[in-house]
Amino acid sequence: MKILVCLSIVPDTTAKISFTDGDTKLNKTGVQFIAGPYDDYALSRAVDLKEQLGGTVTVLNVGDADGEPIIRKALAVGADDAIRVNAEPRDAYFVAEQIAAIAQRESYDLILMGRESIDFNGGQVHGIVGEMLGLPSYSPVMKLEITGHTAQLTREIEGGKELLEAPLPLVLGCQEPIAEWKIPNMRGIMTARTKPLNVVEPTGQDSLTQATRFELPPAKGAVKMIPAAEAETLITLLRTEAKVL
Amino acid sequence: MSVLIFAELDQGEVKVASLEALYYGANVAQELQTSATALVIGTTSADLASLGQYGVTKVLHVSDEKLNAANALAYASVLAAAVELEQASVIVIAKSSLGDTLAARSAGKLKAGLVSNVTELPDTSNGFRVKHSIYTGKAFAITEMREGRKILTLKKNVVSPELSQATASVESFSPSIPETDFVAKVIQTEKATGEISLSDADIIVSGGRGMKGPEHWKPLEELAEALHAATGCSKPVSDLDWRPHHEHIGQTGLKVSPNVYIACGISGAIQHLAGVNGSKVIVVINKDPEAPFFKAADYGIVGDVFDILPRLTKAAREQLV
Ligand SMILES: Cc1cc2nc3c(=O)[nH]c(=O)nc-3n(C[C@H](O)[C@H](O)[C@H](O)COP(=O)(O)OP(=O)(O)OC[C@H]3O[C@@H](n4cnc5c(N)ncnc54)[C@H](O)[C@@H]3O)c2cc1C
Ligand SMILES: Cc1cc2nc3c(=O)[nH]c(=O)nc-3n(C[C@H](O)[C@H](O)[C@H](O)COP(=O)(O)OP(=O)(O)OC[C@H]3O[C@@H](n4cnc5c(N)ncnc54)[C@H](O)[C@@H]3O)c2cc1C
Repeated sequence: MKILVCLSIVPDTTAKISFTDGDTKLNKTGVQFIAGPYDDYALSRAVDLKEQLGGTVTVLNVGDADGEPIIRKALAVGADDAIRVNAEPRDAYFVAEQIAAIAQRESYDLILMGRESIDFNGGQVHGIVGEMLGLPSYSPVMKLEITGHTAQLTREIEGGKELLEAPLPLVLGCQEPIAEWKIPNMRGIMTARTKPLNVVEPTGQDSLTQATRFELPPAKGAVKMIPAAEAETLITLLRTEAKVL
Repeated sequence: MSVLIFAELDQGEVKVASLEALYYGANVAQELQTSATALVIGTTSADLASLGQYGVTKVLHVSDEKLNAANALAYASVLAAAVELEQASVIVIAKSSLGDTLAARSAGKLKAGLVSNVTELPDTSNGFRVKHSIYTGKAFAITEMREGRKILTLKKNVVSPELSQATASVESFSPSIPETDFVAKVIQTEKATGEISLSDADIIVSGGRGMKGPEHWKPLEELAEALHAATGCSKPVSDLDWRPHHEHIGQTGLKVSPNVYIACGISGAIQHLAGVNGSKVIVVINKDPEAPFFKAADYGIVGDVFDILPRLTKAAREQLV
């Protein structure tokens, strides 16, 4: 089993978001970067599958050198090697082109991603990569088992879930509870230092979109507290003041 | 050049979020001085001509039973064929589990720029710029989409449709779909029926760990019923299996933007807020006056959910018909 896991490197879920340079750039001061939480689920499942079935796990990030400590962490958790495409991830189409170019050379059995990045929340890269490679893609996948050359996967749908069976190779967007997040142990951290992290230059240069400016949501007005003894007035206020009922 | 809008069916009816998408797409068409066409996939007995009320002049209907089960791969092939037929330059899709994958596959197929979670009509005065939600609702980006085809996925509640009297012409459409789109066998589907779906709901009543256990959900469900609301929950609640996973809202769950979000016994962790900060009005009921959720709320009640919820239900039943 040859598995590729794609990692986006994004601000931590608790990060306070603000912008600089006339609202054209993310203010990185004090922001901690992590691998996307969904991508972490994908990685954990990949490592479990490798332990179960044998094979290799490669992690891939499109981004600059600042992300390398985070890529090393993925190696510490159990990936065998890593590739960093040395480019700013300009948009989903550009990122997908980089992933597809590498996948075309390496023919992976499984390409696992997160259901969406938590910076641009696109939910796009797996679908675009699937099209570029002529492979099916499914998302969001919350359970994944492999028997022989077939994947059984549970996909979340609105109001429920569906169980699918599909032949490999596949591209999947993952979410919980597909696996438990893994925390690297000391041995993992030591071995990760010597695992290969190959840096390659980008191919193509298509980006079809470009963020030109950022905005923060308008500040929330003060909360109106309703005494518990008069809780019923909430319904009246929602009807007559907020006009939402 | 035209605007194509995907109108998603759920149990034979066009979803509310898709009706908003139709109205949005028709408005974009007007700005671009072109026409808007709806694409409906699957069999339905709904009156498709009436979608004209939302501003589309034509409905392409692919009435094929094989497509009643939502299959994003096959839908993307259909959509790409419709884009060719209509010479569409802008494609509008309401966000949903199906809509997201459909948009992504179509972007790959058509080499189209794709912007997800759009929150406003585009600015077409100089190029094509759209505002969309990023960092899970913590910010917005204004993104320039380059020349060529463009796909937008829309958040719910971005437009309030004003209906006209118009009717649309309905044409049947049967493009060929590659067999490879059907490689996955659907072994089993579990879907709650009869419930109001979270992504379509105007009102959501949501419960956290403060609800104490799955056996205590009745008061919350009763309020939801009285308000015609959908029910949601926090992550620990679905992790503990108190509620099904598809009700989980937040950073790692569903992102919702209803008119009213009523949070019952949810502390308001930043990862939960990330899923609800698009709501118009947020109501928080929590026994702890220091709960962080109150800072993000429009209305707050400090109290015990098991005292407050039944009283709200009673008031709602009396005041709403
Ligand atoms: C300085 C800077 C500027 C940026 N400006 C823009 C911009 O203007 N417009 C824009 O759209 N994006 C921009 N981004 C890129 C953004 O970080 C995303 O990585 C990329 O656009 C894909 O976003 P998405 O939300 O569509 O991904 P999704 O489709 O939501 O991601 C799904 C999955 O794809 C994989 N994936 C996503 N990104 C990467 C990656 N970089 N490397 C490896 N795997 C990945 C992950 O597994 C992820 O879970 C910028 C990033 C940086 C650092
Ligand atoms: C990477 C990451 C992603 C995450 N994603 C999500 C996500 O998508 N969604 C999500 O929800 N969480 C998410 N979390 C978890 C999040 O941090 C919180 O732990 C979680 O939201 C807390 O859930 P809760 O409010 O139900 O429980 P608690 O924090 O335990 O809060 C319970 C609340 O109920 C109140 N309460 C107790 N009894 C009563 C009563 N009788 N009447 C009234 N109030 C009462 C308490 O005062 C308290 O405020 C994520 C965490 C991480 C690290």
